Order: sequence, then C-alpha cells, then structure tokens
Amino acid sequence: MSEAPAPTSRPLTGTFRVKRGLAEMLEGGVVMDVVDADQAKVAEDAGAVAVMALERVPADIRRHGGVARMSDPAMIEAIKAAVTIPVMAKARIGHFAEAQVLEALGVDFIDESEVLTPADEAHHIDKWPFAVPFVCGATTLGEALRRISEGAALIRSKGEAGTGNIVEAVRHLRAITGDIRRLSVTDPTERYEWAKRLPAPVGLVTEVAEAGALPVPLFCAGGIATPADAALVMQLGARSVFVGSGIFKSGDPPRMARAIVEATTHHNDPALVAKVSRGLGEAMAGLEVSTLDTHMADRGW
Amino acid sequence: MRASGAKVGVLALQGPARLHARALAELGAEPVEVRTPAHLVGVDALVIPGGESTTLSLLLDSSGVRGALEDRVADGLPVLGTCAGMIMCAAAVLGGRVDQHSLGIVDIDVRRNAFGRQRDSFEADLDVEGLPGGRFPAVFIRAPVVARVGPGVEVLAGLAEGPVLCRSGAVLVTAFHPELGGDLRLHQSFLERI
Repeated sequence: MSEAPAPTSRPLTGTFRVKRGLAEMLEGGVVMDVVDADQAKVAEDAGAVAVMALERVPADIRRHGGVARMSDPAMIEAIKAAVTIPVMAKARIGHFAEAQVLEALGVDFIDESEVLTPADEAHHIDKWPFAVPFVCGATTLGEALRRISEGAALIRSKGEAGTGNIVEAVRHLRAITGDIRRLSVTDPTERYEWAKRLPAPVGLVTEVAEAGALPVPLFCAGGIATPADAALVMQLGARSVFVGSGIFKSGDPPRMARAIVEATTHHNDPALVAKVSRGLGEAMAGLEVSTLDTHMADRGW
Repeated sequence: MRASGAKVGVLALQGPARLHARALAELGAEPVEVRTPAHLVGVDALVIPGGESTTLSLLLDSSGVRGALEDRVADGLPVLGTCAGMIMCAAAVLGGRVDQHSLGIVDIDVRRNAFGRQRDSFEADLDVEGLPGGRFPAVFIRAPVVARVGPGVEVLAGLAEGPVLCRSGAVLVTAFHPELGGDLRLHQSFLERI
C-alpha cells in the first residue's frame, strides 16, 4: 500500500479497534440466520442489522445430524449480493482454513461456532492474524475471556441453538454477567486466584475487574424464539440478539422478524413488546433441553 | 465551556448510543437516550449514532421519532450525525434501499459502504480544518462518503474518496466514528455550538 502514488486513505485495516467497532455498531440490533437470498431480503426488510449465512438453521442441523461444515461459497456470495447490511458466516471451531476462505469471500464477520461440528478438540482459531472480526460463543466468563485472548471481537452466549428454548441462554448470560459483577468488587490481590479458577489470562481478568464489563460487546444467542425472549435477554445485559431458527421456523417469518427487532430496541417497554407480540402465529416448536442427544454448548474449550 | 449541563439526546433505536453518551457525560453534558417522541422534549441537541441505516430508518418510522425529530430540526436543533447518523442526516442516499428515507437535515448526498466491506474498514489520522490539537484519529467502519456538497455546507476533512466531515450551521456530520477513537474534540466542538 505504501507504493500507491497518492497518500493512502486507509493505512490501518484490521486493527482490533476496527474489528470491535463493527461489533459495537451492531448493538441494539438483531442478527438473523438465513439460508438463501430470499430469506436474507426478508431479514433486511424487517430491520436486521446483519444476516448469518448458513446452509441449515440449527434446528435442521439437529434433525439431519451428520457433520455440519462451512456453507457453500456460492450460497454466501448470493446472500452478499442480495443485501446491503453486513453478512456473517460460520466456520467450525479450530478450522482456520474455513475461516481463511470466509475472509477471502469478503464476509464481514466470522462466527467460530459450536453449531457446526468442531474441527479441533483442543485449539480454537488464532483470530489475531485475520482482518475480519470473529464472534465466539461462551457459557462462562472464563470461556469468554479465553476467546477474547485468542482475538474474538464479540462474544455471544451460546444458549442451546436450534431448541427454541431460552433457558440455556439465560443460564449462560447470568453466569457471565454475575461473575463480572463479582469480579468487579475484588481486591487486586484476589485476581490471580480468579485467573486460575476461570481459567483466563490475568491481564484480561484485571481489565474486566476495573471496567466492570467485557472488553468487547456481549450479545445473546441460542434459543430466542419470541419478542419477549429478546426483551428478556436484553434486560439481562445482552447488547444485541442473534436469532437462528426462531424466525424462519415460525408461522409468519416476516412478522416475527419485525416483532423481534422492535422488542429488542424497546426491551424496556412492556406495552410495546405486548403490542408487537399480538397475533404473531406460531413460534417455532421448542425442544426440552434434557431430551437432547447433542448439547452444542459443550463444544468449545 | 458553554455546553456544560446541556441536555443532549442520543438516538438509541439501534447502534452504540452508550459510547456517545459516555463521551458527552465526560464533557459535562447530560446525555438522554431517545427511543420515543417524548424523549425529544427538552433536549438542546441530538446525536444520531452509527449502526445500520436501513434498521434506523425503519425504527424511526415505527417509533414515531421521525416526525417529532423533523419538527425539532425545522426549529434549528443542533445535530451530530456519525456514520449511519450522517446517512440519516443527508438529503439523498446512494446505494441505499428504495424504502430507506433520510431526514434531509444537511444538504449533502451520501454514498453507503463507499470504502468496501468490513475487511476494508480502517483507521486514519485526519487533518480537520479549524480543529486545534493536531490530527484527529478517525475510525471508519463500512463507512459512507459524501458524494455531493450543497451550498452553505463546509467540508472540514476529506480523503481521496471524498469529504468525510462536514458542517452546516449547528449540524456536524462525520463518515467516521469520533466515539471510538478516544479523542473527544469533535464532541466538544459540537457542544460548543449548541
């Protein structure tokens, strides 16, 4: 770039500030899972801040079984061409080659996701070398900080994807925000023990203790199926929501999508959440977590 | 500073309202989150943050804030619009959706996503006309650029692609994110003109 004849206007791409900046721009919004260009347009029409391009929503991944991988680049490109909002896509845990492909395709955010079948049982992707930001799931504060230490620019609760059951997302959000609160009242001398127990790097533990918040935004994912679910997790401290199967497995996806967008923005206004929840038709069929064969939230280390 | 104690609304329909609120509070102003028309009552100025302009446009309509805001703007409400906020302030939007309506607060046309996708997002130090204290650290996230500048609009900073910081009376618009760079001089400059 330094060989350009005119002074370059973009000397610094892919900095952590630029990566975290996109996460911050998505705050107060809804990221929607879509499997084709038509669904992507429905999502954008409804006010989604971004779409997650994947071949099967988590509910179908559960039903069909088998190995779930990165989506077909042709499908991701068709979705990119269909909308003007950011496009995210998923890579398998530890599968840095899939992530490299997604970066080459120009996706705006990579989700290193437990919804896909893990590729590495010990190592997550080293996310620092990438110019594109990563989002990773977490069930605890320690897991969140380990992902941030690897370069994640955004953390989402994992919940239990594809169930339409909010209970796991609530458990994970409360675990993370509760530990942040407890950590923020510690004495500096106690933080080494916290670092061992979580476990997480002591530098990040100190940063969280002093700021009273993660150094990147915390969003919620995994089980959001209604506007009230979105209002619940926003009030519990999530800054945005990811909705996977909850929209396109519902009876009226365009209305459900729009209603969840309104409920996310106006999460502190129960009258408004009531208004948008009225007559939405069927939410996605839900699953009891104790009956599941696969707990996706257990994937990640 | 004149702005001390000024009540400054921050549009909180979608986007990083909390980061602007933090900057304003540090400068001694009183930030107020705006999600309904009632929240606009009594504010001395308004910040329209970044986020996704397509989402903001829809939520401005459904919340009823658009009409209330247009009335206040007609009375000369000072506005700071950053990134998607600049898009919302523009007279016309290029590369937007057909159902995306900007507010026409300042006489510029704006092109969305003018620098490319997220991997092309960048930081740059800008020379800003009339801003003391040296270059301004600007963070551009899937940023727009000004494609047309109307009469009476001052261009305060630009890049090879076009103007990225403009002022028109008490309205200041930036293609970048002054709330992300840890430098509050542009927020301060905005507050001084309230």
